Amino acid sequence: MTENFEPVIIGFTCNWCSYRAADLAGTARVKYPPNIRLIRLMCSGRLDPTFVLKALASGADGVLITGCHPGECHYLEQNYKALRRFLLLRRTLVQMGIEPDRVRLVWASAAEGVRLAEEITKMVEAVRQLGPLNWPKWQQTNGHGEHAHIEAEEVSA
Amino acid sequence: MTTENKPQEGQERIGVYVCHCGSNIAGMVDVEHVAKWAGEELKDRGVVVARDYKFMCSSLGQELIENDIKELGLTRVLVAACSPHLHEQTFRTASARAGLNPYLTELVSIREQVSWVHTDKQAATAKSKAVISGGVERVIHHEPLEPLVVPIHEATLVVGGGIAGIQAALELADAGYPVYMVEREPSIGGHMAQFDKTFPTLDCAACILTPRMVSVGMHPNIKLFTWSEVTKVDGYVGNFTVTIRKKARYVNEELCTGCGICQEKCPKKVIDEIYEAGLGYRKAVYTPFPQAVPKFPVIDRPNCTYFQKGTCKACEKFCPTNAIDFTQEDEYITVEVGNIILATGYDLFDARRVTQYGYGRLANVFTSIEFERLSNAAGPTNGEIVLRDGVTKPDAVGIIHCVGSRDRNFNNYCSVICCMQGLKFAHLVHERTGATVYNFYIDMRTAYKAYDEFYQRVLEEGTLFVRGKVAEVTDAARLPGEEGKLIIQVEDTLAGIQRRIPVDMVILSAGLEPRRDAKEVAKLFGISCSADGWFIEKHPKLDPVATMTEGIFIAGCVQGPKDIPSSVAQGAAASARVLGRIRQGHIELEPVRASVDEAKCSGCRICNNLCPFNAIIFHEDRMVTEINPALCQGCGTCVAACPAGAISGTVFSNEQIFAQIDGLLGLTLEHAFS
Amino acid sequence: MTTNGKPKFAMYWAASCGGCEIAVLNIGEKILDVDANFEVAFWPVAMDAKYKDVEAMEDGAILLTLFNGGIRNEENAEIARLLRRKSQILVAFGSCACEGCIPGLANLSKPQDVLDTVYSTVSTDNPNAVRPQYHYQMPEGVIHIPTFYPVLKTLDQVVDVDYYMPGCPPESHQIAAVIDLVIKVLHGEAQLPAKGATIGAGNSTVCDDCPRARNVKLIKKFVRIQDVPELDPHLCLLEQGVPCNGPATRNGCGALCPQAGAQCIGCYGPAEGVIDYGARLITAFASVIDSNDPAEIERILDGIPDPAGQFYRFNLAGSLLRAAKPAWQGKL
Repeated sequence: MTENFEPVIIGFTCNWCSYRAADLAGTARVKYPPNIRLIRLMCSGRLDPTFVLKALASGADGVLITGCHPGECHYLEQNYKALRRFLLLRRTLVQMGIEPDRVRLVWASAAEGVRLAEEITKMVEAVRQLGPLNWPKWQQTNGHGEHAHIEAEEVSA
Repeated sequence: MTTENKPQEGQERIGVYVCHCGSNIAGMVDVEHVAKWAGEELKDRGVVVARDYKFMCSSLGQELIENDIKELGLTRVLVAACSPHLHEQTFRTASARAGLNPYLTELVSIREQVSWVHTDKQAATAKSKAVISGGVERVIHHEPLEPLVVPIHEATLVVGGGIAGIQAALELADAGYPVYMVEREPSIGGHMAQFDKTFPTLDCAACILTPRMVSVGMHPNIKLFTWSEVTKVDGYVGNFTVTIRKKARYVNEELCTGCGICQEKCPKKVIDEIYEAGLGYRKAVYTPFPQAVPKFPVIDRPNCTYFQKGTCKACEKFCPTNAIDFTQEDEYITVEVGNIILATGYDLFDARRVTQYGYGRLANVFTSIEFERLSNAAGPTNGEIVLRDGVTKPDAVGIIHCVGSRDRNFNNYCSVICCMQGLKFAHLVHERTGATVYNFYIDMRTAYKAYDEFYQRVLEEGTLFVRGKVAEVTDAARLPGEEGKLIIQVEDTLAGIQRRIPVDMVILSAGLEPRRDAKEVAKLFGISCSADGWFIEKHPKLDPVATMTEGIFIAGCVQGPKDIPSSVAQGAAASARVLGRIRQGHIELEPVRASVDEAKCSGCRICNNLCPFNAIIFHEDRMVTEINPALCQGCGTCVAACPAGAISGTVFSNEQIFAQIDGLLGLTLEHAFS
Repeated sequence: MTTNGKPKFAMYWAASCGGCEIAVLNIGEKILDVDANFEVAFWPVAMDAKYKDVEAMEDGAILLTLFNGGIRNEENAEIARLLRRKSQILVAFGSCACEGCIPGLANLSKPQDVLDTVYSTVSTDNPNAVRPQYHYQMPEGVIHIPTFYPVLKTLDQVVDVDYYMPGCPPESHQIAAVIDLVIKVLHGEAQLPAKGATIGAGNSTVCDDCPRARNVKLIKKFVRIQDVPELDPHLCLLEQGVPCNGPATRNGCGALCPQAGAQCIGCYGPAEGVIDYGARLITAFASVIDSNDPAEIERILDGIPDPAGQFYRFNLAGSLLRAAKPAWQGKL
């Protein structure tokens, strides 16, 4: 564990509920740690697992996915699709050696500013305990070669 | 603080504007430093100007942006200020005024999501930089977009013929536009038609409602479908195609004069569970009440002797115009409308569920709707307030508020009307019987015009008020004087004592609940219900009659419990919204849409089950999927699902999100955020 | 090395199985066109050659190099860099070079475990537990063997690549078509595609070529194909619960596996523009699960016992994460 480790967490929010919950937390001056950086999507159903992989591969220590509560999706039922993708993605990430606590799914309605702030706080603390993810920042491939961040290391035979 | 850079070849020319919001942002974020940083560190990303300003949303702030667009030839604008839900439109419009496509402007929040929620100025400043870096990377990938323009059909569908629907229909029809009204029951009128008096003025409900119902029935612009239900809704705002199932009435509406002879002659009496709340009878061929609109009766097939046993046909024999038609079948009618107003109302909370109050078990426990029928001069007792035996006048009456409402075992919400309804009942009992009346309440809620005055009046009339949630209604007498009575056991929370109050009659002021089929109806029309089951409005304060689905409006209790004036106001409001649409002739829709690259689409059909708005169409002939842009609501679920990456979405494209992730994580920068 | 005035052609295998070379030889008489138009300058599988001969060439002396295999060790990387320098057109040939392929699955494991598996498991006849040494003192001096990298890399993670030709191996008819194209370019009858393009494959996915009927998909369970008692020969495999990777896999093979009654396993890699193949399958499979109940969804997902293997069989090294944490953490 690194001293004074400040995790960076990317949060995906739904335009209709959790992004508004974040707005509400602000309006109500509810405090939470500054370690989260939010991205607005129209719906948790927009969450492409690629976004999560990209965030983790690009230096995030954790990813928080948020959406409307089951049954309250602005687009009727798309949050269930987010749930299914999340569950399958999480199984895959575990095989990649990524602790399940680094990628969380939280439902938060537009009225739940306090709850969202609490969940963010909990997540930041959980990831702080896990320590930095430090995924190697390999640049995107496709014809551009690599600025090798991993040096050719010997593996003792 | 302003930093200007020379633009670089082939890059977007980006302006970054950081708002102080007075001290709202500047109090926690070093705004000047952030703007300077953006000008220097994001130069390589195409930032040609970075400014901070006291209030970016002020006219002077907007002018700053407009001038830069014109003078520096900005091709992208990033504003770091408050939430996009507050001012996205403001800054998009400012850009548009200066000739920049509005969708090339992005607003990121450093107020709601930074300065207001964090306490460490250094960390908040660093996070603001990350947020701006993310925004800059994102806005580079924005594309100019035009809103989608959709023509609006002039006709409107109103579902539900209660007072809210009636009001909506009349407003639209009076304005000269065609309306189709669909009502499930044989007559319009809704719950209001069952009431005797209406609070707080005590007008007779029928006296004020009937003329409205007649107007609907006679209106040349209203086509009324009663005994009918909507079975299918296709299309989208401006262009809905609605299928209506007109149930067989077994009465030819062309021939029927509404004379009522069939009802007189019909030998089959049926308990009227709906209109008379089970207190009275109707015939197997019936109109729910004398003032019904339309006047044509329906034959209740499951109770009709002819349909069940094959003989009778008394109605047919006596009908002077040969209007009875036993061969009639359900008809399916298709109508084209531009907008839809849903005013499908509520169901009454089933008081049996609160078993300790004894409804259904103790004869003289009544529900509010039963009492409405008892006190109605046209009701089963001709307005006599009597016990279940039909003759005995009560000496003491207990009215229990909040039955099923404000109760975590049933419904958490307040049903709004029950306090005033309870007061109205107290007044009527007092006036008609002279009985002692007790009201048991948790809190008295008599907001709105003339309501509290009515409460004072009832107080002055001598009604007794006990503050406390009734624990039990029982007929088990324990004390002298309780024999043969109903005893109300309650903690009087003002006096701090337990009371047992013997009465002859208990009236349960039952709450309102969403219609039992609210969820199915919501799905049919492509809108959503809250966890309670009420239809969700677009905005609880600022847009209470619109829904998230364009072209679908809601009015009355379907949106949540409310009284008659509010239902009427919502009916009128919904129709005003629709009228605005119709008068515009077209509507501009946000261009947040998905589309399929047909060359990449392999027709795997993974996405085909994903769209609740039916915007995804599969072409069997070409084996490709297509998205109807007018039906697409822009959620992006299909974009995220496509295994071939053949579906893309505007405003939230993959490239934009990927770039924003990179930007937020500082991947595009030399130095970390500090 | 002879010089006959014809443009030079090279083919190299790094960490690969040799299937790509067989696929090239499988093009039949087309191979004569190769000989007619090219001088084979370097092709270790087919002819004797020395690295020093390649080193001696001028930079850019080779017109076309087909490079197959992933970069597993220092030698692979060194030759990749050498051939890059010497070649005008470098093609990542086959799934290993493009995206890591089966050797890339080692990126799920600690490097030490990889070596243990090779040298110490029951399938290896190694009674004396001999392990290779990087440096070994011989009477003539110290000898070296190439360093083993903690993770396998794709070709373009080491050098700049001009074109990608996917497939495990690339289909012979696709190879023949690419050779035809190059020859046409040589004769000024055609243009090369844009740099970075994928060649010898389609732009859609396997479903485009698959003749099986398909409907709106609602899946209640996933099953391994050998556990399906009777497979409908005409219906989409995914709709029968068999996790077929066809929807996410680039077409080009002609949907061979689904036509033969087996699910697509994804050897042609992702469709054009997709940056993470596995993510596309995760989202696609999850999207068609017919349940909103978390417990039931989990039960359905149990039908895919090895998600990483299912989604990244060919693509792990070329994916966003590239390797599991134990692998990239290197020495353990």
